[in-house]
Amino acid sequence: MTPADLRAAFIADLTAIAPDLDPAAIGDNDHLQDDLGLDSMDFLNLVSALHKRFGLPIPEADYPRLATPEKAVAYLAQMLAT
Amino acid sequence: MPSLGADMEEGKLVEWLVKTGDTVSRGDIVAVVETQKGAIEIEIFEAGQIGALLAEPGQTLPVGAPLARLGAADVGAPVVALEPAIESPKAVVPPAPAPPPTARPPAPGGAIMASPAARSRAAELGIALEMVAGSGPGGAILLSDVEHHVPVALTPAVEPVGVASPTGKPGLDMAEMRRAIAAAMSRAKREIPHYYLTHAIDLQSAQDRLTAINADRTPDQRLLLGAFLIHATVKALAKVPELNGRHEGTPYRASGPVHCGVAVAMRGGGLIAPAILDAQDMDPDAIMQAMRDIVVRTRTGRLRNSEITQGTITVSSLGETGVDALIGVIYPPQVALVGFGAPRVRPMVHDGTIQPRLAVTVSLAADHRVSDGRRGAIFLAEIDRLLQEPAIP
Repeated sequence: MTPADLRAAFIADLTAIAPDLDPAAIGDNDHLQDDLGLDSMDFLNLVSALHKRFGLPIPEADYPRLATPEKAVAYLAQMLAT
Repeated sequence: MPSLGADMEEGKLVEWLVKTGDTVSRGDIVAVVETQKGAIEIEIFEAGQIGALLAEPGQTLPVGAPLARLGAADVGAPVVALEPAIESPKAVVPPAPAPPPTARPPAPGGAIMASPAARSRAAELGIALEMVAGSGPGGAILLSDVEHHVPVALTPAVEPVGVASPTGKPGLDMAEMRRAIAAAMSRAKREIPHYYLTHAIDLQSAQDRLTAINADRTPDQRLLLGAFLIHATVKALAKVPELNGRHEGTPYRASGPVHCGVAVAMRGGGLIAPAILDAQDMDPDAIMQAMRDIVVRTRTGRLRNSEITQGTITVSSLGETGVDALIGVIYPPQVALVGFGAPRVRPMVHDGTIQPRLAVTVSLAADHRVSDGRRGAIFLAEIDRLLQEPAIP
């Protein structure tokens, strides 16, 4: 998958969990909790959706690497490549 | 039209999920009603056959007005009780376990999926949801779909002055929700003689257990610390049961089952506190499942009337990014509210030395007509004790 594909997939899962977010308005450096208002439950649901989509384990220790769309795309690309 | 809160005077029927001639059982969801808390699924409290539907979708009816007739289609059949009066002892739900969170299929019968904000806006604008193309997950209609559907020329004519939703950050109808919160909280401060207690709890052991449990689990099976907090709160009520109940009659009687309200913040403001029904028998995994289900449905789907009218205590948590403590206001007619601040690493004395430990301040706001500070203190101390024990073997 290209970074653009990964980003689209990430945004799709994010907006499924927070349907009131406008996909077009989400910035690459928006912090999921501080800027987009996700709480711990939303974040866990997002991680669950990414786990289901990509089959990656995404341990809790890696959560900080999903803090923004940009970080998450880099993380997913790295994990899928190894 | 059932009352879905002490301040509710009328409700709007959004859709029927049954038709004349359908056989229904107690607890079946028969209709959807739009309220200040969003679209709420209405459960029927009697079994039988739908004799006649008396209200049309889109109609606004006062609380108490008949929605449907149960029984044969003759005129003399009794009007169906969609919900017994809140004061009635029968209003307590049967001790059936809460429905499993994943077992809920999408709305049946091709019902329209739409976010609460979209429903609210469509109703404001007088747009039938059938006419709107959804762009959300599974074709769900989003607020933006409704907004884009509006013929430009119509907008000024139907826009109610002063209640326009803030653009881009939709929730529900914020003005309505704010009114509902104001009414409930004013009543609490007017009628309930609150007393307050706070206590700092060392959460490090609980957090360590949680980390160990989650390390072996896939994300969909992981627990949040909040599940431990609610589990301990519910279990601690067994020691001080008078804090669990609804102050509706004299003398006050505590509730047996624990229907634990969980305050869910809405993005964009406001909150709703639907209850996890029959939480007294749940382990942390079951609490977690119920929390996931109820949070998702509060924000993106529908709640059931029993969940918003039968809570016996409420837990409010600030979550990870909040401040140290939350001193709450009781949600009437309940008699206690438990508030958890944000868990934070603080200097705590552990094993005789000062160590950085994860800690949380828990507060109790309780009704002095029902309990005293000494009993409240026993309750908070019991929550602390339970959080030091392994909640999952």
